Amino acid sequence: MRKIFDFHGGIHPPENKQQSLGEPIRDAGIPAQLVVPLSQHIGAPSSPIVAVGDRVLKGQVIAEAAGFVSVPQHAPSSGTVAAIEERPIPHPSGFHALCIVIDCDGRDEWLPHRGLENYEGESPSDLLEHIREAGIAGMGGAGFPSAVKLKEKPGASIDTLIINGTECEPYITADDALMREHAAEIVAGAEILRHIVGPKNTLIGVEDNKPEGIAALQAAAEGTGIEIVVFPTKYPSGGEKQLIEILTGRQVPSGGLPADVGVVCQNVGTAVAVYDAIVHGRPLISRITTITGEAVSRPGNYRVLLGSPMQHLLDLAGFDPARNQRLVMGGPMMGFTLTDSAVPVVKTTNCLLAPSAEELPAPPPAQACIRCGLCAEACPASLLPQQLFWFARGKEYDKLEEHNLFDCIECGACSWACPSHIPLVQYYRASKADILQQRRDHEKSEQSRIRFEARQERLAREEAEKEAKRLARKKAAELRAQQQAAESGDDSGAEVDPIQAAIERAKAKKAAQQQAAGGESEQDKLEKAVASTRKRLDTASAKLEQARAEGSDLIDALQSGVDKTRAKLEAAEKALAEHLASQDNPPPASEPAVAKPRSAAEIAIAKAKAARAAEADLSPQEKARKQLDSLRQRLDKSEQRLAQSREAGEDEKIVEALAATVQRLKEKISALESEAEKVESP
Amino acid sequence: MFELIAQYPLLAALFALVGLGLVFGAVLGFAAVRFKTEGDPIADQINAILPQTQCGQCGHPGCRPYAEAIAEGEAINKCPPGGEATIQALADLLDVEALPLDEEHGEEKVKSVAFIREDECIGCTKCIQACPVDAILGAAKQMHTVIASECTGCDLCVEPCPVDCIDMIPQEESLQTWHWKLPELGRANVDIIASDAQTDRAA
Repeated sequence: MRKIFDFHGGIHPPENKQQSLGEPIRDAGIPAQLVVPLSQHIGAPSSPIVAVGDRVLKGQVIAEAAGFVSVPQHAPSSGTVAAIEERPIPHPSGFHALCIVIDCDGRDEWLPHRGLENYEGESPSDLLEHIREAGIAGMGGAGFPSAVKLKEKPGASIDTLIINGTECEPYITADDALMREHAAEIVAGAEILRHIVGPKNTLIGVEDNKPEGIAALQAAAEGTGIEIVVFPTKYPSGGEKQLIEILTGRQVPSGGLPADVGVVCQNVGTAVAVYDAIVHGRPLISRITTITGEAVSRPGNYRVLLGSPMQHLLDLAGFDPARNQRLVMGGPMMGFTLTDSAVPVVKTTNCLLAPSAEELPAPPPAQACIRCGLCAEACPASLLPQQLFWFARGKEYDKLEEHNLFDCIECGACSWACPSHIPLVQYYRASKADILQQRRDHEKSEQSRIRFEARQERLAREEAEKEAKRLARKKAAELRAQQQAAESGDDSGAEVDPIQAAIERAKAKKAAQQQAAGGESEQDKLEKAVASTRKRLDTASAKLEQARAEGSDLIDALQSGVDKTRAKLEAAEKALAEHLASQDNPPPASEPAVAKPRSAAEIAIAKAKAARAAEADLSPQEKARKQLDSLRQRLDKSEQRLAQSREAGEDEKIVEALAATVQRLKEKISALESEAEKVESP
Repeated sequence: MFELIAQYPLLAALFALVGLGLVFGAVLGFAAVRFKTEGDPIADQINAILPQTQCGQCGHPGCRPYAEAIAEGEAINKCPPGGEATIQALADLLDVEALPLDEEHGEEKVKSVAFIREDECIGCTKCIQACPVDAILGAAKQMHTVIASECTGCDLCVEPCPVDCIDMIPQEESLQTWHWKLPELGRANVDIIASDAQTDRAA
């Protein structure tokens, strides 16, 4: 007889298991439609490999595993893929997720399949591959991909394999029914798992409230070396870490895995699924689910195809909506309320609870904590729930982590024990999620910081490169100027300002161009301009005369044209006169570069800098006002221009465009004004 | 000289103290030069707390400059993307009072991600130049797009867009980001079943 250990805490809630054990496992049959969610397990959702309209056979892969921690999904029955779309899934959030919807044809036609004849001849890694391909994920409730869990961890030697038949949560009897009716398969599955893991001991742990199951298992395990260990009923002895402590006396370290103490745990349902996959080649497409609660007239255990709508099960069990108050997936301690009875049964659905309002009423309002310490006595993880509660309310996340919040298994024993009905577990779940969210946010901000700094560095580098190029150009220009100066023999050449040199060059170029154009002097140009304008005036006047004679409606336009040309002629004549005058006494400002050390370009730069500096000094209000002023100036100008062009009778399009400009400017000004008012009178 | 010192004990004490002062001063001075810390460790710690959206809502060109400004005594409540949590963390770090968020710099909003309506984009690259974390891809006269996972939701690309084709889409809660909320006090919004101890006992 093996020594049984005990774990800290635990509670004894009413079991309520008898209701669903009256009848043997019944077959739930094939519903009209199956909804297979792509995420029924922990890890990445699988990716669909069928298209809408495809015919699929029972057991056919319809979605393949995406990544290491993932499993494929199989068609639970034969039929046609009706849709791949977002459907409500069993999740506490009530959210929708991508599902493959299959319209069943009722023929339940299997894909040809066969198991391994002699699994003992296969290597563990091949068997694990089979388990993975069969889509098996932990069927106790969490749904962690079994192949990943069974995979050998480097540096960890497993000496004990535990098959978990505890099923400690009230109401649920799915594993109990499985043990009663399929004990041989459980033992066969355990033998396969033993072959894969290679432990010294293989134990099946069962609570003492399941005598029929224990007897069946003991009969099946005869002579296999698999030990059935029975221990007193206490919630939550089915928790992985608690069960390991009960059976081996070893405690899984905080933040560690069972493998750290040389143990691997698997659920009895998973053992049967492994047996089916290896021996018969059948993937995981159905499971045993308990339907119970006072709102169903025929509670019991059903063999359900994965993807069957919960409503289908409720109909089978004689569900009375009038008596029901809420639907719960899982047990009353760790389950969650379903938002919709159309959600499908998934790999982790061990129980569907339809309690009446008297059976499971809404929790009474929470009272103040009276520091009684019952929660700490009940906690199976030896945590301090009261302390955690205060820290969770104060959002003191670092203190929560120091108090090992992440060792909480969310069993609900503390909430159950609390005389003030404080929903303690919900505080812990929310805080855990907040802490994880913070870690993710921090990771993201770290990434953003790296990208930002990389960008700043890149911009600085580009700027430096530009600066270097600018310097190189400047140096080259200086060198050229020096050479030129040396060539021309000018003794002050070495000191020539490069900008001045550039100006000289430009002047020289211009002069050369003029020469090339036939030695035309400034005077010639002006004379030419006067002559051509006069000629245009003549023709325009002639046209005007003609229009007058004909009585055309273009007279006004022509008149303004003539006026304009006359004005131009006057301007040209004036320019010519001025030029002639300046020719007589040339200005003495022919050497500005020597007189003023700063070139025109430098002065302009300085001016622009000063203007920008002045602008930077301005307060936002002043800036706005300045902007307003400049806009008003622009508006005046535009209005003038509009008026002119209207008078001049220019093309309609141009007038329209100008009018639009004026309108836009007005709008801008009014917007700015209202903003400025807001700023000035808060 | 020794005689003089021996005669006046006061002088002896004075010399001893001045001597000690000089020795320790030299040691400290040497240590200050020898073990000089590069950069500003406080600014680094502050920068690690800031959300790194680089949005400039605090009035500084990025999170790092604001961190440096805080290290030099600026108010800690100018970061709307960080919100109350960041202010609290900064207050804890700097041991100052946590102030409410300064509304002048904006309000705490739901995290959002920029989205370019791609058929309206004219390919002007203005948003690319504005993005502080290089999260927008594209080239001149080519359609641009946002790398959603890199976007910090800083809004800086919205203003420069000449055709207003950038939307800030608030990030909706998904199956991956959903989590249990803290129970509201005094309200029965509790979605957990474990607390129904009474009836279970009665049953």
